[in-house]
Amino acid sequence: MKTITIRQISEACGFSVLAGANALDREADRVFCCDLLSFVMGRAPADCAWVTVMGNVNAIAVAVLADTACIVLAENAALDDEARSRADGQGVPVLGSSQPIFDTGLLIQRLLEG
Amino acid sequence: MSQAISFHYDVPGDDFTRAGEASSGVKKALKQVGLAPDIIRNVAIAMYEGEINMVIHAGGGQIDVDITPDAVRMVLKDQGPGIKDISLAMQEGWSTAPDDVRSLGFGAGMGLPNMKKYTDEMTVESTVGVGTTVTMTVFTHPQREAVS
Repeated sequence: MKTITIRQISEACGFSVLAGANALDREADRVFCCDLLSFVMGRAPADCAWVTVMGNVNAIAVAVLADTACIVLAENAALDDEARSRADGQGVPVLGSSQPIFDTGLLIQRLLEG
Repeated sequence: MSQAISFHYDVPGDDFTRAGEASSGVKKALKQVGLAPDIIRNVAIAMYEGEINMVIHAGGGQIDVDITPDAVRMVLKDQGPGIKDISLAMQEGWSTAPDDVRSLGFGAGMGLPNMKKYTDEMTVESTVGVGTTVTMTVFTHPQREAVS
């Protein structure tokens, strides 16, 4: 399966880098969209680009433990200060998108298929 | 690795922001031991769900982790209210979590089912009014088991 770096996702899709700028070389190989952290823990595949609107510190912990490649916050959802600090410390890239969740995921999917 | 490596963690009961510290610590240790990434991920997810359960339902608790050449064994013990009906709690979607927990993205009734899904063995012992002990084991060589 094709992989793309988080840096490529950010540049090609026009997503801002909200945190974890030191980990943008990590690679993603699929997209996963979900807001409910309990579901993400159980169902998100490792190395996915996880699209959500949950920008709290628990989302960062879920990304670390479930091994997602990054978090993409859709709808301009806010990343709170504690989450930003935790993401920087743990090396979790967090991108920001102004688009809705589906459209954000679709942009990444098209990159993966391109 | 010829003998067990053991860790003990005290999980604080009222701090959601610190939930995950124990799981992250164990994840780091397992990476240093050199276990396969999927095994590490299984342990990390199962243990984090356990930590979150302790914070939501039990006012915290204690976690002991033993890493041996064959398995990672986690014992999560709390002195919370206990689980009235364990078989109900094991069903996806069944939850007694309060609304403030749900607004954080948890409390969907996936905790215990996720823990079972990501471990090879799991037992839940609970007494109402006394507390709950969950014991989980992830084998580090599942392919060897399949062959034998």
